[in-house]
Amino acid sequence: MNAIISSYCKIVPNKISVGGKLFFEEASEKELPEFLSAAYKYGELNYPKFHKMDKLCKLGMLATELALRNCPDWKALDKSRIALIFSNQSSSLDSDRNHAHAISDKQNYFPSPSVFVYTLPNIIMGEIAIKHKISGENAFFISNQFDPELLFSYSTILLQTTGTEFVVCGWVNCDRTHNDAFVYCVKKSNFKEQNSGPELDHTSENIRQLYNT
Amino acid sequence: MHVFLGANNIVSPLGFTTAANFSAISSGKSAVTEHHFPFSDHSFYCSKIDRDQLNSHFSKRNEKSSFTFLEKMCVLSIQEVLAQSNIDLADKNNLLMISTTKGNIDVLEHAYAELPAGREYLSEIAKSIADVFHCANTPLVVSNACISGLLAMIIAKRFIENNRYQNIIVCGADLVSEFTLSGFRSFSALSDEVCKPFDAARKGINLGEAAASILLSAQPLSKLIVSGGASANDANHISGPSRTGDGLFQAIAHTLTEANKKTVDFICAHGTATEYNDEMESVAFSRHNLQHLPVNSLKGYYGHTLGAAGVLESIIALESLKQNTLIASAGFETQGTTHLDHVIRQTTKLELQSCLKTASGFGGCNAAAIFEKIL
Repeated sequence: MNAIISSYCKIVPNKISVGGKLFFEEASEKELPEFLSAAYKYGELNYPKFHKMDKLCKLGMLATELALRNCPDWKALDKSRIALIFSNQSSSLDSDRNHAHAISDKQNYFPSPSVFVYTLPNIIMGEIAIKHKISGENAFFISNQFDPELLFSYSTILLQTTGTEFVVCGWVNCDRTHNDAFVYCVKKSNFKEQNSGPELDHTSENIRQLYNT
Repeated sequence: MHVFLGANNIVSPLGFTTAANFSAISSGKSAVTEHHFPFSDHSFYCSKIDRDQLNSHFSKRNEKSSFTFLEKMCVLSIQEVLAQSNIDLADKNNLLMISTTKGNIDVLEHAYAELPAGREYLSEIAKSIADVFHCANTPLVVSNACISGLLAMIIAKRFIENNRYQNIIVCGADLVSEFTLSGFRSFSALSDEVCKPFDAARKGINLGEAAASILLSAQPLSKLIVSGGASANDANHISGPSRTGDGLFQAIAHTLTEANKKTVDFICAHGTATEYNDEMESVAFSRHNLQHLPVNSLKGYYGHTLGAAGVLESIIALESLKQNTLIASAGFETQGTTHLDHVIRQTTKLELQSCLKTASGFGGCNAAAIFEKIL
């Protein structure tokens, strides 16, 4: 069985590309939260829950929405056959530091469930699952750097040996200076695309190249 | 092909070997006690490993570099698995996997003066442990909330079945910290007494700390195999389980299908002792007509050990199969879920062949696996 990378989205500070083409760019450098809000408006996400999310989830949500939008026929699939595989270096450290800060001063002690719930990296997969009713396999891996071999290898196993037909696969990292997201969709190649986008064979080399360019 | 479950170890307040742990819980001993912390006027019921005892155990290794407490727990646990088996992690065919939710979270609480910066990153834990055991492959870290441990075992099984590796050691570990205690407290999820999974008077969870490790292998090292495993998402809420148990129902369905089974001999459930989790499990099990099976939760013995829980509880379930012993669900007295009618009240001997292990967590994630004896 062969599989195909059917769409992808990459976000680096102040710049978003979809399918290798520039989608949105801020002319002047903005802080991450402002950039994410501007991109949300520009992309017309129309999902108010977005504003409650932490930065990691906002980054992952934007990249996922834009990647999925470029791959229209995924919606016809059984949602229990769609898997989410995500990875990053910093886990949920951005929200972890916020929670740690909220409890560091005993005079001003304000741990909040709305911050604490984001102190797990897999929450981004929960957010995506909720938005699209995607209920298939989940896995969140931590690696020191983007690991195309790992993502390729585990997606391939899911596509070949479980009922999985489609994988939303990605890297989403939010840290002091290192913020980026790369989300791509993998489908079995026997799954007929009506509106074919920029398709590429699902190989770790192709994944690496898409991430690096 | 079969994936065999081999050598294993539990490092917990109840002991530093699987045998010590199984013997303690068989006699009804719980590690959950009342603890006072400098950061709070309230006490917390939780399960903590004695620092001095573990440090003195670790010092026998004469390691030259510095380690966090969590890393020491992991090293001691993995060392036991390696000692019981002939596995060499320096071999390219073998992999170490780490499952954790918060890793060295005490680094954010400035617990260590002498460590190099950056130890809060989960891959740094993997690196420090890899150096100890001269791992040929970079250890793979899974961080998927409270299903991390069970999910890591399912991923390991899949890697072995697909010939990516011959042997994989999965080590799950997490600490009890001010970070997690304050967070779960802000959710009003903590019980102010020893937790009571599935009981009518359950009030919430206790947190616990442990490291637990198990070897999965393509080699027939034992008579126990993992014959099915799957994960699924509720797609419902990020911090509450689905009322209809959809994700868990689906994970169990895929697991039963893969194992080619309609039922098992007992269920080792997640059973956190929150109102919603336990009821959700009862709904998911009954949708599979499994509500009459003997079921336990081990949280009354260990508290919720987060990223370690799936591995620790699987090891106890496997020991139950080996010793044909159903372990009582500690803290259970009165039926407190809609469907479960056989929560195990007393530790009893019974011939056992197979077990369903489940886990559920924040982010809507659920996992299930079936362990069974082969002839």
